[in-house]
Amino acid sequence: MLTLTGIDAGYGEVQVLRGLSLEARTGEVLCVMGRNGAGKSTMLKTIMGQVRATSGAILLDDTRIDGLPAHEVPRHGIGYVPQGRRLFGDLTVAENIEIGLMTRSKGARVRDSVLDLFPRLRERMGQVSCTLSGGEQQMLAIARALCLEPKVLLLDEPTEGLQPSMIALIRDTVVALKKTGVATILVEQRVDAALSVGDRISFMVGGAVVETMPAKGLSAASAHFATYVGV
Amino acid sequence: MEFGPFLLLALMEGLVTAAVLALTASGLSLVFGIMRVVNVAHGAFFMLGAVLAWFTAQWVPGPPAVAFAVALIVCPLIVGAIAALADTAILKRLNYEPEATIVATIGLLYILEQAALSLFGPDARPVPAPFNIRLQLPWFGYSGYKLAVVAAAIIVLLGVWLILKHTRAGLVMRATQIDRDTARAFGINVDRVYAGVFAMGAGLAAIAAVLIVPIQQAHYLMGGDPLLLSFIVVIIGGLGSLRGTLVAALLIGLSDGVISTFFAPTLAKIIATLVVALVLVFRPQGLFGTRTT
Repeated sequence: MLTLTGIDAGYGEVQVLRGLSLEARTGEVLCVMGRNGAGKSTMLKTIMGQVRATSGAILLDDTRIDGLPAHEVPRHGIGYVPQGRRLFGDLTVAENIEIGLMTRSKGARVRDSVLDLFPRLRERMGQVSCTLSGGEQQMLAIARALCLEPKVLLLDEPTEGLQPSMIALIRDTVVALKKTGVATILVEQRVDAALSVGDRISFMVGGAVVETMPAKGLSAASAHFATYVGV
Repeated sequence: MEFGPFLLLALMEGLVTAAVLALTASGLSLVFGIMRVVNVAHGAFFMLGAVLAWFTAQWVPGPPAVAFAVALIVCPLIVGAIAALADTAILKRLNYEPEATIVATIGLLYILEQAALSLFGPDARPVPAPFNIRLQLPWFGYSGYKLAVVAAAIIVLLGVWLILKHTRAGLVMRATQIDRDTARAFGINVDRVYAGVFAMGAGLAAIAAVLIVPIQQAHYLMGGDPLLLSFIVVIIGGLGSLRGTLVAALLIGLSDGVISTFFAPTLAKIIATLVVALVLVFRPQGLFGTRTT
């Protein structure tokens, strides 16, 4: 379980997160929604240690991870799929996967199980990743993060700009991961995508979570989405 | 001597220059490509390699070949260790900010040169070649050692290419070059990669210096020319492109050899500078570099 308590963070003088608290539970998909600039991506970067928390605490189970160097965070079992995928574009699919396996000793077994989830990547192992289609790039970004065998998976708008068939594939993957006990934090702007996979939905305003509620209690027509997301 | 053999001699001299230049410039290119640091102290690392080779030649007993072999292994390691220390103590603390690191490496250049002046003295000092074999061609005789320098440079550059393309360390370096934040998100210790790359870049300059010092002599100000030529090479080849660096080194080295032999060394430098100016005007990203917006 990942717990954020009273997190303040930002970029230099600009504070983005203001006392943010949330909890991602084992085997659960927590969707985080909010308007542009609410601090959703900054929250994920703060968990990954790429943005430093100036106050508050981040706990993975009982281990405090907010003071760790950024490269130590994934070693504790946190996988990250950043917004825009951020693949190593000049490297091949196989090399991107290998980077994902850097922290793992049983690389071959993990690689095989990850590629079983995305068979299309297996056919393109020698292809330079920037030449893949958008959907294939997103598959690779998720596969690379899964190579870490994460306890917690952070997904930043993974369905952005993808065609419906690819969105369905990513949704199925997230659901499958949930069954294996992975805690997923999914930053999402699409209401239908959030409702289809989310167990709970947290709404962010001004760098803080203002409300968290079960996804089952919401529908696409709920006022929450108009109020907090603007859709 | 007739024109043909004279041209052959000029090309062979140019090839030696190109080989040493390729080694030196590939270090500079590697550091810029992966760390985005313009290392003005690169010439000082070159000089340090040569000066340390002289000290090694004084201290290691036995035939010159033994001292040279020791120098070829030990000097790049010492220079690499100094570079790694400088990276950790200075560049890392500046967060690798481009402007700040330029100023810092100018300071480092000054410190290293003054340290060499204090410990080594102001005089140029010879280092004996490991062997003195003269290769007798039908038209002229040529130093076997110079040809060995070319062969050694090719072997080292091949090694660098193999490390970058076919080892885990090389993969980590390439990933860090593309996106250091994402590299950190996959457990890559970027600080350690940067220290290693800075050491490797300086080590390459030191290898070049140890190879060339039996031909040139060691001097505390000898880093200026290699630094200038290395910048010329990486600008023409494309900053950060190893392939471009090698092609440009060959171009500059051979033209330097031919023009210096047939006309004058100064003219060779003028033409190289003109080529840089033309590249900057018509293809600012260099021959093999990619344009960034």
